[in-house]
Amino acid sequence: MSEVESAGEEDVAIEATLNGKPLKRRVKARQHLADFLRQELELTGTHLGCEHGICGACTVLIDGATARGCLTLAAQISGHSVETIEGLSDSGKLAELQAEFIARNAAQCGFCSSGMLLTAYELVCSGVRLSRSDIREVISGNMCRCTGYHAIVDAIEAVITRGAR
Amino acid sequence: MKSRNFSYVRARSLRHAFDVLAEHGGDAVPIAGGQSLLPGLNMRLSAPKLLVDIGDLAELRGQSHAGEMIRLGALTRHAELLTSDLVQRHLPLLRQAAPHIGHVAIRNRGTLGGSLAYADPAAELPACAVALDATLVLGSVSGQREVKAEDFFTGLFETALRTGELITAVNFPVQTSATHAAFAELSRRHGDFALAGLAMIATTEGNRVREARIAYLGCADRAKIANSVAAALAGQQLPLRDDEALTHAVRADLSPEDTPGLRADTRLHMATVLTRRALNSLLEGTLA
Repeated sequence: MSEVESAGEEDVAIEATLNGKPLKRRVKARQHLADFLRQELELTGTHLGCEHGICGACTVLIDGATARGCLTLAAQISGHSVETIEGLSDSGKLAELQAEFIARNAAQCGFCSSGMLLTAYELVCSGVRLSRSDIREVISGNMCRCTGYHAIVDAIEAVITRGAR
Repeated sequence: MKSRNFSYVRARSLRHAFDVLAEHGGDAVPIAGGQSLLPGLNMRLSAPKLLVDIGDLAELRGQSHAGEMIRLGALTRHAELLTSDLVQRHLPLLRQAAPHIGHVAIRNRGTLGGSLAYADPAAELPACAVALDATLVLGSVSGQREVKAEDFFTGLFETALRTGELITAVNFPVQTSATHAAFAELSRRHGDFALAGLAMIATTEGNRVREARIAYLGCADRAKIANSVAAALAGQQLPLRDDEALTHAVRADLSPEDTPGLRADTRLHMATVLTRRALNSLLEGTLA
């Protein structure tokens, strides 16, 4: 019965990898990953908009795949690897995306940018060469309330095209 | 918004998950990808006392092909439906439906078993499971049993799952070259839940429909077989030009209610048009 008796705690021990470094903490069971990153770790590059999976501002990478920070419990990342915008900024494909975003004014107010960049990063790293309409489809889960979609698609397309050369 | 307080336990094995679920009864809810559960918790539509995390159980993963069946583990993520060779080759309906499920980030986390257990009447996979005549494998401390998808969905967000039971895998009959699959859906924005949609498996003889097995989404309280539509379509010449028989059949099978911004009539019209389009796509060989 010891297994069952240990069931159910409001504080959960986690061991994960965050931006390449080991992370060992106790987290609140109900705390979602985006709140954990922002409030406990002060990694405020992950933004929070709707908190029910619609807007994409809280996008992070879990084991290399995009995920909603608001629809993942911090407790669920134990044993997994998480990367946030802070961990990926200024290097590799993400730096290329950032440069193209800046060149085309694709980051206007900046609220959606970290999520948009990570979604684009997953796409660019997949090596698949997509059309503009495919790119639009991929970023359909990230809302830009400045409506700067054309510039964002331009920026992503530029990085994909350059990578294919 | 934030969810209410709850406790959390990470299942170490399937047996451990069964034990915890049995111990805590209706207070405990399993969580896998959490892509439907967590929005509901954040909006405080439900408030379970305990979440049992089954998301890392290797026993619930995997895809296999045995005889006439493809077995997909309950933790098969929606994104895997788009990349799996087995699915591509033998379950083209799932391959066609998967792009309609949420967005990339949602598909990376959400699971097959989770979508079926949640039983949203507007979700894609329950309709596909019914159309494909899938069998769900359910497990608990009391053992294992199998339930046909048709019998699994019992009402709005209601299923045949008993307290303490989990979906462990889903068995899908292999589709042959003689069967065609078509999936069609209409939603206001990409990734939204369907206003109307359908999952179809059909056989044809020349330009005629021989047999069609169809389940709709967004048009009733649950995913179920549309028998009147199947009867109306049998023997019909494609492309379908006259919608009248189809319109009557759709109205006989489906019972949408008026919802804010969308009358039941409109939804029935959409269902009829989508059915015609899906059928005619079979003829073009474009498989919708």
